[in-house]
Amino acid sequence: MAIITYREALNQALREEMRRDPRVFLMGEEVGLYQGAYKVSQGLLEEFGSKRVIDTPISEAGFTGVGIGAAMVGLRPIVEMMTFNFALVAIDQIVNQAAKILYMSGGQYNVPMVIRGPGGPAHQLAAQHSQSMESYFYHVPGLKIVRPGTPKDAKGLLKSAIRDDDPVIFIESELLYGTKGEVPDGDYTIPLGVGEIKREGRDVTIVAYSTMLLLALQTAEELEKEGISAEVVDPRTLRPLDTALIMESVKKTNRAIVMESGAGFAGIGSGIGAIISEQAFDYLDAPVERVTGANAPTPYAKNLERAKIPSKERLIAAVKKVLAV
Amino acid sequence: MLKLERKELVDLLRQMLLMRRFEEKCAEMYAMGKIGGFLHLYIGQEAVATGAISVLRPDDYVIASYREHGHALAKGCDPGKIMAELFGRADGLCKGKGGSMHLFDKANHFLGGHAIVAGQIPIGTGAAFASQYEGKDQVTLCFFGDAAVNQGVFHEALNLAALWHLPIVYICENNRYGMGTAVERATPVRELYRRAEAYGMPGEAVDGMDVLAVRECVGLAVERARRERLPSLIEAKTYRFRGHSMADPGTYRTKDEVEREKQRDPILLFRDHLMAEAVIKESDWKALEKEVRITVEAAVRYADASPEPPVEWLCTDVYVSER
Repeated sequence: MAIITYREALNQALREEMRRDPRVFLMGEEVGLYQGAYKVSQGLLEEFGSKRVIDTPISEAGFTGVGIGAAMVGLRPIVEMMTFNFALVAIDQIVNQAAKILYMSGGQYNVPMVIRGPGGPAHQLAAQHSQSMESYFYHVPGLKIVRPGTPKDAKGLLKSAIRDDDPVIFIESELLYGTKGEVPDGDYTIPLGVGEIKREGRDVTIVAYSTMLLLALQTAEELEKEGISAEVVDPRTLRPLDTALIMESVKKTNRAIVMESGAGFAGIGSGIGAIISEQAFDYLDAPVERVTGANAPTPYAKNLERAKIPSKERLIAAVKKVLAV
Repeated sequence: MLKLERKELVDLLRQMLLMRRFEEKCAEMYAMGKIGGFLHLYIGQEAVATGAISVLRPDDYVIASYREHGHALAKGCDPGKIMAELFGRADGLCKGKGGSMHLFDKANHFLGGHAIVAGQIPIGTGAAFASQYEGKDQVTLCFFGDAAVNQGVFHEALNLAALWHLPIVYICENNRYGMGTAVERATPVRELYRRAEAYGMPGEAVDGMDVLAVRECVGLAVERARRERLPSLIEAKTYRFRGHSMADPGTYRTKDEVEREKQRDPILLFRDHLMAEAVIKESDWKALEKEVRITVEAAVRYADASPEPPVEWLCTDVYVSER
């Protein structure tokens, strides 16, 4: 197994899938000549040419719609959002069209496309470039939502997303692009809807994904020193959600915390927390806790930005609260 | 255009008449409560879809807005399945899940009726993109109303189509009203076809009440798209004789205006033309009326006989993997 970055893992997934299937193409702002705003598409133009690595003008709604139409008639587009914040410009195409065409057509036309790019709070990018977008799409039947946290997951899940016959929202993270990890050699996929226990534990279940996964794993190591054994469950895909894996863990630890970098109100934690309460209430020794971003736009100032995003301290406080220690 | 065979001319007349009688029946069924939701009739505009779609090959794509019954019929969709869809029945084109505003028919390359104004324009552009990507010579016709040209995606899609040389013909059906808003209250430059200049693509206006004029104009644009990969924008000047939907009494238009426009009924104009040219006789017209009436009655019978979709279908077709 090679140790590579999250960025390289995504690049490998794109390259391998484009080699495997000539119907797969990549389209977006600066994906070609510029090699990708975050260099995820480095080298792809050189290998596949401008027919399959397509630079677009700045017009997210337009090229997302082009992707939908192309997908309806048999191609497998990958549309890159330079940052996922810009997907809001295309949200009509994503929510009203891509997500609903299979249903409205009574199952005749499917939309096998991936909409991918970085999201989540990053380095002092301020309110319009620094949001966790998953809960916007989480609500919409017809969309699948993927948020990988490790290079291995990023590659295996992106390959599955590209091969999937439904529209997939695939949100990466600016903060993770440079992180490294072991990635299996050769072709492998990780199915959508299958989570993973990233750390075994006995006392509390922490559900965390993307950048929050890394924070949860670091925090779990510190808690171990205090004699608290935390299990970290990474759903990897938010829709479909591996509910069975989360329940299995909660039934073992009897305590649950859901983390997310986005604002908590009507967020991912609300949804997963409610499912845990519905399906595992009798196993819970404490109410489900949520550790979320503050209910404010992301500020620019470094100290305020730090306060906006969940921290190790807040996670530790939540763990101690559910354990009543 | 009278180089057309007699059969082709009669087919155009039959097609328009079928649209008219089908939709008059729809209005009746709506009043009886058999059709619910929004029902946007195409009455008055029949020459546009008929003339335009008549030049296509079966493997060419058509995409339209929520006022798409006519386009669906012209693209070859089964009238019974359309009516069953409007009735919300299991044998409808889309299993009763789409309704009047969302008719789709994959077998006939009909990419659907879309109900967010202009939302279908980039999607149609994507179908044309796919034809070009795969080196096929299919053409896409993308229909929308006059109000759609003021949405951002109209600009974005036409810009991309011109930039990438996509084989698509955009057909703006200017019926002069976006719901209750007259085009001059929405758009400072009223010659909508002139928007094409901004993208360096051909733009042309055509009398949308003249089926042969539409056919000729769209025919040239389709050939240009097929052979030269050049998109075009055509503005078909037309008029809807009814309100925006069944819920709209149309009080924003004067009675005089509507009556004046009805004098240019595209079906009667074409019928009279064919009679004047001795292509058809009164008896041929009567036979057509009868034939179309039988088709529409059969469609209603088919729809009536179809069961409601089973409740188990509520959550199917949300994801392919859970189909």
